[in-house]
Amino acid sequence: MAILEIKRVTKRFGGLEALKTVDLEVKDNAIQSVIGPNGAGKTTLFNCITGFYTPEEGDILLAGRSITGKSPDRVTKLGVSRTYQNIRLFKNMTAVENILVGMHPHLHSGLIGGILRNRKTMKEEEEAVNEALRLLRFMSLDGYGDLLSKNLPYGAQRRLEIGRALASKPKILLLDEPTAGMNPSETQNTMLLIRRLRDELGITVLLIEHQMRVVMGISELITVLDYGANIAEGLPSEIQRNKTVIEAYLGRGSADGVVNSKPQTQPAQSS
Amino acid sequence: MNNLASAAWKKALNTGLVSGILAIMISLIGMVESFGDTFIINRFVSLGDILHMAPILILIYGAIKTYDQATWKLQLAYSTFSGAIAGLMLTVLVLFGSALDIREMLVNASPTLFRLLMFGIELPGGAFILILKGTLLGALAIGLFRLQPRWRNAIMQGIIWVVLIGTLRDQILLASFVQIEPLNSILRGFVFAQSGLTQFGGILLFLIVVAAYYFLGGRKKVVANNKQTPEKLRKSRLTRFGIAGIALLLLPPVLGLFFSEVLDSVGLFILMSLGLNIVVGFAGLLDLGYVGFYAIGAYTMAVFTSPEMGFFNLSFWQALPIALLFSVLAGVILGLPVLRMRGDYLAIVTLGFGEIIRLLALSDWLKPWLGGTQGIQRIAQPQIGPIAIDTLQEIYYLILLGIGLVAFVSIRLKDSKVGRAWMAIREDEDVAAAMGINPVFSKLMAFATGALFAGLSGSLLGAKLTSVYPHSFTFIVSINVLSIIIIGGMGSIPGVLIGGLVLMGLPGVLTEFEEYRWLFYGAALVMMMLTRPEGLWPETRRKLELHEAEEEVLEEDLTPAIQSGD
Repeated sequence: MAILEIKRVTKRFGGLEALKTVDLEVKDNAIQSVIGPNGAGKTTLFNCITGFYTPEEGDILLAGRSITGKSPDRVTKLGVSRTYQNIRLFKNMTAVENILVGMHPHLHSGLIGGILRNRKTMKEEEEAVNEALRLLRFMSLDGYGDLLSKNLPYGAQRRLEIGRALASKPKILLLDEPTAGMNPSETQNTMLLIRRLRDELGITVLLIEHQMRVVMGISELITVLDYGANIAEGLPSEIQRNKTVIEAYLGRGSADGVVNSKPQTQPAQSS
Repeated sequence: MNNLASAAWKKALNTGLVSGILAIMISLIGMVESFGDTFIINRFVSLGDILHMAPILILIYGAIKTYDQATWKLQLAYSTFSGAIAGLMLTVLVLFGSALDIREMLVNASPTLFRLLMFGIELPGGAFILILKGTLLGALAIGLFRLQPRWRNAIMQGIIWVVLIGTLRDQILLASFVQIEPLNSILRGFVFAQSGLTQFGGILLFLIVVAAYYFLGGRKKVVANNKQTPEKLRKSRLTRFGIAGIALLLLPPVLGLFFSEVLDSVGLFILMSLGLNIVVGFAGLLDLGYVGFYAIGAYTMAVFTSPEMGFFNLSFWQALPIALLFSVLAGVILGLPVLRMRGDYLAIVTLGFGEIIRLLALSDWLKPWLGGTQGIQRIAQPQIGPIAIDTLQEIYYLILLGIGLVAFVSIRLKDSKVGRAWMAIREDEDVAAAMGINPVFSKLMAFATGALFAGLSGSLLGAKLTSVYPHSFTFIVSINVLSIIIIGGMGSIPGVLIGGLVLMGLPGVLTEFEEYRWLFYGAALVMMMLTRPEGLWPETRRKLELHEAEEEVLEEDLTPAIQSGD
């Protein structure tokens, strides 16, 4: 049922507790979001899931198996893939090559095969390139394949990063602010794309997002973090009216004003 | 307009000052005097003259593009002004040097130098000569600039060829093909003088080169205008490869011993650079101790084959796999702990490794096995059937074979899954790991492959010299190899070949410049980083999405630029 379970995970950096016994459950084939103010620990959570950080306490389960403390490449091979808040493509490699690197876990030729170029290797390479081109088309990136990824337009870079993450055929895809820096129409397209990933490819999506329109528009379940701890979880409509969440975003006392929408009370001045 | 003009005058003044300083520096480090009697054209132009005048000409020529909109009269005014300033600065040097004794500090500021600078004329008149010389150089720059590009290129090539052939007089006369009789007498009798070319030879060579470049320059354009089919292009490429291959095979017998020696050491360095290219160029791991693996290859070969040590007395071919295995093992053993580090840290640790290997070879402790300072002699040379490969010319073919093999492996690996993993690690190690690449394993593979190639180079070094000494494996070897890669173009295999020829071949052939080798080296590196940081022959990306035909056209477009570059 739950493809990803995060159980009471704690991550400390020296004296700072970036995550405090965080719990999160991502259901199979769902689109879920993690939100929270800056510094709430959202990206730290992603880094713990993908193996960049090892949490001090707690357990992370992927389809029932623990992946806590496994190295990033192992975690990826088990079916977790991610994008980054600030785009991190392989800048001096072409778009196709970026995707091919993403396919790494599924290619089996080694050093010797690469040197000898036997039939098996050649076939595998050819199939990989075709697969990469298909993926580029799926991400509406056709024609960009041979450009160095650093030369792509911004929106295309974002899409390529998602495409590269898809290339490893993940069970769950972690998107770190996929619409950051996008204009409204690009944002709209990205939302459609995320839905297609789930509906057409059957990939579970967990995203960190700041644009409330996106969060509320596509998530089926929202988890809210603040100062590294869970403060709320629920459907978009519930989160929108949750007092604790609004306080976390806007400061103490703001909740009354927003939730009850009585402009005359001016709660901001009450403190 | 007024602003523009004053900007141009400023630029002209600037150019004059900079080129003047350059000419003074070249004079004061002793190049003008030591090459004062190395004639390009006998008793007419010496290498010293060229060396202090060329920078002035080149800088003034380079400055013209900032005022190429001006009328030719103005351009002439600016350029001659720059030249006169440069001449004036040389005059100041001469006056200063003649009036005061500055030889305490500047050893080379001698009366001989001053006489050479002033073309043998004494002071009051000489000062005039110096300024006139600068002014004429400025005028020459404008003259060249205003020529038709086709003529300009031809004349410049003419000058370059005459200087090159004139400088290389001694080496050329050593070559085997020159010893053939009618050619030998003609060359010695008419073309070459006691030093440099005869005046007749110089003029003849200049005219031939100019004519050749003028007519070839015209033809090239026609070819470029014709659209060629991919098959035709592939064919022409194949023929070019064929010609290059045959030329490479013919080099040692045609050129003889002196050039074969140079080719051998260039080849060994290229072999090493191809290996380091995988480590630094492909995987982005800065390895400053690369010489260590070279040493391990050479010493393993020595220990296992030399009867002097008396351990094994294996033949070259028996010891070769052992040498390669030891190098790879060393790569893995060093790599395992070290490859978790990144960037600068890795560089420092590997630097230490290289030094440790050299010091071990030098140590008294290992003297019974490695020979200490005396090194190891009588290393076995390879034998194929009944033929012993023991001359420099024969070893050349072995090295060539090694380069071919290693280049082939490099090219294949570059476009493989492993190569992509290396590139991804070079770009962003964390993200590469998040793509399912095991960074430590991939880096270890790069390190081991690099070590293997260095070991091969080292084994061949042993076979070439039949002896090894610790002092052949100093830190500077690592730096040389790294420079070859940087100058050639990181990650580019043809770049490594070009880099090796330029950085090891030129100093090998131009033995006159041995004293100034590191000066040129440093200057070349600085110039490269400023003007062409991507290297002489940078790597081009493979096209995967577009058709292959278009790829070929693109590569074809690049070749003329490359040919004129080398």
